[in-house]
Amino acid sequence: MIPALELRSVGHRYGALPALDSVSFSVATGARHALIGPNGAGKSTLFAAIAGTLRVRTGSILLHGRDVTARSEAARCRMGLVRTFQHSSVFLQQSVLDNVVLAAQRSSGLALRPLPSARRFAEVRDDAAEQLDAVGLCGRASARAADLSHGERRQLEVAMVLACKPDVVLFDEPTAGMSPAETESFSNLIRALPPQLTVLVIEHDLDVVFALSSSVTVLHLGKVLAAGAPAQVQADPAVQAAYLGTGEQEELFMAEDLT
Amino acid sequence: MITLRRVAVVLVLAGLPLVLTSYQASTAGRLLAFAVLALSVDLLAGITGLPTLGQAAYFGVGAYAAALTGIHLSTNGPLQLVIAVAAGALSAAATGWVAVRTGGTVFLMLTLAIGELVQQVASRWSYVGGSNGLAGMPALQLGGHTVTLPGVIYWYLLVVFLVIYAVVRVLVSSPFGRTLRGIRDNEPRMRALGYRPAAAKYAAYAAAGGVAAAGGAMWVTEARFVSPSDLGFEVAALALLAVVIGGAGTLWGPCLGAAIVLLTRDYLPGITGGHGPLLLGALFVLTVYVLPRGLAGTVRRRAAVAS
Repeated sequence: MIPALELRSVGHRYGALPALDSVSFSVATGARHALIGPNGAGKSTLFAAIAGTLRVRTGSILLHGRDVTARSEAARCRMGLVRTFQHSSVFLQQSVLDNVVLAAQRSSGLALRPLPSARRFAEVRDDAAEQLDAVGLCGRASARAADLSHGERRQLEVAMVLACKPDVVLFDEPTAGMSPAETESFSNLIRALPPQLTVLVIEHDLDVVFALSSSVTVLHLGKVLAAGAPAQVQADPAVQAAYLGTGEQEELFMAEDLT
Repeated sequence: MITLRRVAVVLVLAGLPLVLTSYQASTAGRLLAFAVLALSVDLLAGITGLPTLGQAAYFGVGAYAAALTGIHLSTNGPLQLVIAVAAGALSAAATGWVAVRTGGTVFLMLTLAIGELVQQVASRWSYVGGSNGLAGMPALQLGGHTVTLPGVIYWYLLVVFLVIYAVVRVLVSSPFGRTLRGIRDNEPRMRALGYRPAAAKYAAYAAAGGVAAAGGAMWVTEARFVSPSDLGFEVAALALLAVVIGGAGTLWGPCLGAAIVLLTRDYLPGITGGHGPLLLGALFVLTVYVLPRGLAGTVRRRAAVAS
């Protein structure tokens, strides 16, 4: 079966510094895949490469078996590969509903339509309201996006992504800066996404990763260190050494009489 | 309530020739033409977020196209208008494709360059009269009648103005208008939503070129003369000033701004002994400090606070 997303020896260097070194992995359709790694592992570079904001020169990226390496970010979105932003990026001056309408009208092919059509616009509006409902923001539809809390903006982003009718969604550290309660409700939101949707999450919070994901890829110094089921990755000594810290290292920094 | 207000404004505008002298009526007609130019600047600067100094070029293209049509082809006003709009939109499409790939100050500079180039062409090209301008435009004809009365010309221009205002209104409230506002507010996000901002900006640029050209055609219908100074930097800067004073992003604001700017430049010097530009400068500084959102933006904000 063709994976939803496949990376084949993707590489990228910033000047002399290799950020990604022959990264290969694939994400099966419907998977909840997490990409983790310590700071400087190349997660953000890899994310940008998959989303299309960064065009890589080596390796290839395939979406449902089609090579999208040379495609722009917008083209990838139209093909169903949709991203969120690490720092919520919404249209602050517009209403919450209008934010989602912007996403919905593009996926309905109305982006350049110069004439209003009450019927088609009502369809787009209903579609947008439905997505807001799905993320639990329907009560805030008429609020200005600037007046939303941090967690609500994340919910809004998810509604906008869903309105793009995606089949692969990329989340860039979605729970960064969230309170534990917000993280919890966000995790539930991800869990409630349609099962046929493929989700790739870059995440710092390992509790979230291990609770949500069906498969994990660990990146370290630009290379894939380990891949597999969450439990398997967690048990991998190489991962523990690189990411989770080893017992010996802990002893270096923690006095025994304090523990 | 709003409809009532609109009807009242249209009635007042339509009634103006009944109380104005013929010189004042022709000034009012020119204000309408300049307001259409301000609308086109607003479509780019206010709606799409592309501050422009190049719209006077397409205003000029429209004016020359209408004048040439009048001299060589037909004195039919609406026909001149349609030819001018087509010429403006086409010339904007031909020159704007580089500019729309940029934004901000770079866009401003590129449009300034386009404006200067078009003015150079107009002042060197002997077919359109070079720096002497293009004179000899015959009077407007409507339904077989030659129209020379300033009041009637004003009414014709008012109808054209209202039609163009309505067209722009429809455009900005359409899905396309929403796309343009999205680009203005957050272009990277639009890209991530699958939009092609360059394509939308290009379409907006061509449309704004057509609107500016309509203003040019209106201008030449009134003045029956066009020269390179009608499409220079000063006109472009005044149009941008009108949009800032009136309130970028709204439609009636820039129209009002256009009236204020042109009256300050052309009328007040008579009272103040030729210090029009100085007043204009003072007006601009005052607006930026006291009404940073322009007249319309301030009114809208008051209304929002009150509700």
